[in-house]
Amino acid sequence: MAELTFKDIIKPENLAYTKSKLMTDNVMHYCPGCGHGTAHQVLAEVLEEENLQSKTIGITPVGCSVLMYNYIDIDFQEAAHGRAPALATAVKRLMPDKFVFTYQGDGDLAAIGTAETIHTCNRGENILILFINNGIYGMTGGQMAPTTLEGMKSSTSPYGRNVSTMGSPIKMANIVAMLPGTCYVTRQSVNTALGARKLKRAIKKAVQYQNEKRGTCFIEVVSNCPSGWKMTPVESNKWMEENMFPFYPLGDIKVPEEK
Amino acid sequence: MAKIKGAVVIDTERCKGCEVCVVTCPMDTLALAVEVNAKGYHYCYAANPETCTGCANCAVVCPDGVITVYKIKVG
Repeated sequence: MAELTFKDIIKPENLAYTKSKLMTDNVMHYCPGCGHGTAHQVLAEVLEEENLQSKTIGITPVGCSVLMYNYIDIDFQEAAHGRAPALATAVKRLMPDKFVFTYQGDGDLAAIGTAETIHTCNRGENILILFINNGIYGMTGGQMAPTTLEGMKSSTSPYGRNVSTMGSPIKMANIVAMLPGTCYVTRQSVNTALGARKLKRAIKKAVQYQNEKRGTCFIEVVSNCPSGWKMTPVESNKWMEENMFPFYPLGDIKVPEEK
Repeated sequence: MAKIKGAVVIDTERCKGCEVCVVTCPMDTLALAVEVNAKGYHYCYAANPETCTGCANCAVVCPDGVITVYKIKVG
């Protein structure tokens, strides 16, 4: 048999993977290796496969992902800092047929927006909260966030986080899992292809539960921040596996009973 | 035995050279180029294209969605 050339393989019928059609051609402003890009793509793939492009309203937060509406071609509403779950509540109640999700970072969801997050989950609003946890305020220059690990250095904790004066890191997924309003709480990652594929399955489940009006779905994505952590992308992924995953173990925290 | 051959097409001008795909590739197909693109990043390229199996791991983890994967069954 003749040897296959590169041109023989590059044909539309042999396509195995390409970026989702919902992703626009804008170049993302994220730093090289940032987990936000992968999380955006996974989300866009799910929306494309579930045919939700015209039925979705996303709520963008304040933080690095504030310009998310430039990258995914769906309807978006911008929320004030931390208030995304409150806005999502209003959107979902006014338009119950839409698929509503919020996409928030840890400074947004776990610091200024703690009250909104907890009460939205407690009321069991039919929305999906996607929580990107990178343990630092990435956009404003690497300040300490509520989820910063003990001993982890940031620009406002240059000697490492001291638990006696700064408190312990907060596990938001475990907190909201205790509330009766949440139906599905899970913690995933996007640093490997396996992690990204598992996140995709988790978002698909959340779409299904929202259609069945089962309650709030909360997906935490443990992510990296190469610039804030002052590491290369590959080093930051390794550091995350060694330090973040033992404290924020991946996997399902609360799974609803099958109907 | 049926064998699967893959090929990757990389939009080198959008690549930010984060190297995540290079680490993820199980077949050591990808590598960072010595040259830089217009933005000054060492873009990734298929250094050993004949080893590619089209598993698409690189494209799934790529934060900027620059990789398109094709695969074909041979034999």
